[in-house]
Amino acid sequence: MTFLNIDNVTKSYGAVEVLHRVDIAVQEGEFLVLVGPSGCGKSTLLNMIAGLENITGGEISIKNRVVNDVHPSKRNIAMVFQSYALYPNMTVGQNITFGMEMHGIPKPEREKKLAEVAKLLQIDHLLDRKPGQLSGGQRQRVAMGRALVRDPDVFLFDEPLSNLDAKLRVDMRTEIKKLHQRLKSTIVYVTHDQIEALTLSTRIAVMNKGYVQQLGTPKEIYDTPANMFVASFMGSPSMNLLPATLRASNGGLAAELTGSDGGKLLLNLSQDGPNLRAYLDKPVVLGIRPEAITDPDGVDRNAKNTQPLRNMVHVTEPAGSDTFVETTLSGKACIARMRADVDVQPGQPFDFIVNMDKAVIFDPASEDRITG
Amino acid sequence: MARSVRAPRDLRTVLQDILPKLVLSPSLAAMLVFVYGFIIYTVFLSFTNSKMLPSYDLIGLDNYVRLFGLSAWTTALINLAIFASLYITICIAIGLLLAIFLDQKIRGEGVLRPIYLYPMALSFIVTGTAWKWLLDPGIGLENTMHLWGWDSFKFGWIKDRNYAIYTLVIAAVWQSSGFVMAMFLAGLRGIDNEMLKAAQIDGASNWQLYRRIVIPLLRPAFLSAFVILAHLAIKSYDLVIALTGGGPGRATELPATFMYSYTFTRNQMGVGAASAVIMLMGVAAIMIPYIYAELKEQK
Amino acid sequence: MSGGAQDQAVRTGRIARTFIYVVLIYFALFYLLPLFIMAINSIKPLSEITGGNMMSLPAEPTLAPWKSAWSTAQIGVEATGLKPYFMNSILMVVPAVAISTIIGALNGYILTKWQFRGSNIIFGLMLFSCFIPFQIVLIPMARLLGLMGLAGTTWGLILVHVVYGIGFSTLYFRNYYAAFPTELVRAAMMDGAGFFRIFWRIMLPVSGPIAVVCIIWQFTNIWNDFLFGASFADLDSMPMTVALNNLVNSSTGVKEYNVHFAGAILAALPTLLVYIVAGRYFVRGLMAGSVKG
Repeated sequence: MTFLNIDNVTKSYGAVEVLHRVDIAVQEGEFLVLVGPSGCGKSTLLNMIAGLENITGGEISIKNRVVNDVHPSKRNIAMVFQSYALYPNMTVGQNITFGMEMHGIPKPEREKKLAEVAKLLQIDHLLDRKPGQLSGGQRQRVAMGRALVRDPDVFLFDEPLSNLDAKLRVDMRTEIKKLHQRLKSTIVYVTHDQIEALTLSTRIAVMNKGYVQQLGTPKEIYDTPANMFVASFMGSPSMNLLPATLRASNGGLAAELTGSDGGKLLLNLSQDGPNLRAYLDKPVVLGIRPEAITDPDGVDRNAKNTQPLRNMVHVTEPAGSDTFVETTLSGKACIARMRADVDVQPGQPFDFIVNMDKAVIFDPASEDRITG
Repeated sequence: MARSVRAPRDLRTVLQDILPKLVLSPSLAAMLVFVYGFIIYTVFLSFTNSKMLPSYDLIGLDNYVRLFGLSAWTTALINLAIFASLYITICIAIGLLLAIFLDQKIRGEGVLRPIYLYPMALSFIVTGTAWKWLLDPGIGLENTMHLWGWDSFKFGWIKDRNYAIYTLVIAAVWQSSGFVMAMFLAGLRGIDNEMLKAAQIDGASNWQLYRRIVIPLLRPAFLSAFVILAHLAIKSYDLVIALTGGGPGRATELPATFMYSYTFTRNQMGVGAASAVIMLMGVAAIMIPYIYAELKEQK
Repeated sequence: MSGGAQDQAVRTGRIARTFIYVVLIYFALFYLLPLFIMAINSIKPLSEITGGNMMSLPAEPTLAPWKSAWSTAQIGVEATGLKPYFMNSILMVVPAVAISTIIGALNGYILTKWQFRGSNIIFGLMLFSCFIPFQIVLIPMARLLGLMGLAGTTWGLILVHVVYGIGFSTLYFRNYYAAFPTELVRAAMMDGAGFFRIFWRIMLPVSGPIAVVCIIWQFTNIWNDFLFGASFADLDSMPMTVALNNLVNSSTGVKEYNVHFAGAILAALPTLLVYIVAGRYFVRGLMAGSVKG
């Protein structure tokens, strides 16, 4: 059964359409992350699920009840806001129980739920404080407590970690994930941080300019991005997108690149098919993740199709656990991610190994991925 | 999959949607009637031959033609020009000077600031009363100087047709300059200290620092001060009544006093309405661009 | 060398600072002078004023001018002193301030947290209404008050002050609430609180500072108003400012300067008191209303 169904939903402000025909079906217990750059419409979509913004077209239903015209408080949802939105004049305890109070739940029951949630989030000792006296991480917990105590059908998170410092953000990320695994709740989570999206979600909807660019599991999104936007937005450093020409080679297909010395380089593709063949001798874009370009010792042992590539090294950036090596292919900077102790010298040619199992091909005009 | 059922809009949700508009509507109605409706009514009257009571006989622009033919009105406009330009310039000059001086980590700022500011808590009637006697040659400053032995001291502006308008400026500046000071002080306190440090490291002297960096940064405060003082000047009525009563003769007549006397004591309502319309146009010319800019900026 | 340069800097600094203090103190005296003169001359017998120096301290201090100003001075036709008019002002100011502040708070709340198409235009119209020269509404207002039977009554004045006070009170609350996070309102909405409940439980508890500012502003403005009082009040509803002006500018009899000064201080006392008690907020509020950011 589809738990939360977003069916052909659009949103317009006057004549300007900011969300175009969004279709997402969320199953019970799923952790859906809406990710995209600012202005992509992800927060608007979340607010529409919450009922904080009107739905221009289409329907949103929760448990088979269309909620388009239902007041936010009656949709049985809870939301954690970016700024936490804790009521400054109330104590932590009052903040958490305010919603239950508004729904006329008797005090003993409120107290019981409060104690449960406070224990779960380890904020029992803070219940009598005011939000102003709490640290960022504590406020975050209180905001989550306020959502948890409602026992909603769907949890909505609006960039909940963006106001925390880097270290705390990683900690809280883990905690949210643990909480989801324990409670098996249904979550829709908005973020602009692709790492958060990849680590937390069971499914990701990558959005841009009001369109859902791709909806899929983190692995699908990462390995087979639907288009060049998804390819470059997800992953850090982002996927190398290199202009190439598709050639026939040894009965298969190969991408022809220009090396830093101006010579042609051929990389045999792992995939083949009629769709790809239609691009023979035409320009394409070869997409390849930095970690698929390594030194000979760093090759993935499971890789079936690895190709050598000798090219000039421009810059090396040791980053502790990895070393990033920049070279130029087809006139564009190309990043390779290598082991930390690899011996690479800037200004010298180097023998790269490319794991072509991980390569993807895009149409340069439509920017969509060409499948098989 | 079972077809979803569409939950109906319940009464409370509908109510929540219209409540804000409902609560705002009395204010909106009051404003539309008492402000904008009344403005339209007054504009209408200015085209009629209303005398003691409103009449509905339209006479076109006659009232405006008559208004600008009246020497009393021309005098009022000239007086307003003198009063407003001096009032605004001096208030801004004093306000800026005091604000910059007070901003030098002055000991006793907490005592000085309220002293500068308290006049603005007073009614113009009280201010007028105080200055009326202070400036009165018989018992005021002139008398005091004479008693202290400075016999040649003369200060009879308030009784002098040519100078009475300047006494209005003195009293009005006394009342408002502290407020302008507060506006500039708020502006100064809002300036990023690091920028000033950077300018000092760049070798700017104190004078250059203020002239080239601080004062240009106070532009919004200048603008606000100008707008507020200008509209106060156009509206000035109480102070004239209390200080000089518009006299001697018509030496301190302003548009506001003109409007009142023509409408209510001389029973020339049409002309009075026309003068009010001109005043409104003066205020609108200053306020509308300002409000427009403010609202745009906030958007 | 460098030590000498530093000395030099400090020395010019000292001269500059002395100059600054002199200027600041000079202006303080300028602002204090009228109040000082009113105060000392209000406790002098009349003969000491007409025959003496206004700057000198009273030789025989007396409270008689105050008593006269308060309860026996001739205002208009009757020798009632300022007392009944002081009461008129109180009766006018308290409801007018309360009503306009409450309406302003609700308006500010709606215009920031429940915006709808056109709400910004409504605010623009309200903002402009703060600054209109009231001469433009005097004639129709007089007519309307007459038609409503409120001419010459305190209720009529309350109506006038509320109507023309809403603009400013709305402006204050709107600017204050604009900085208040909208997410809080949304959170409360999702928690199931409605329009009034959010206002009462979430907005009002944090509105203390701006309420103080708004009340002080409205109190000062309405108490100090002269134009409306002079235009719409009759003898039974005349506010303090109009009565003071009548007292000072009545053409009959001997000019009792000492009584005038006492009366002026009486008229100024409530606003001065409010200013002394809560002046800090007053200034802050004026800033909020005039200088943004």
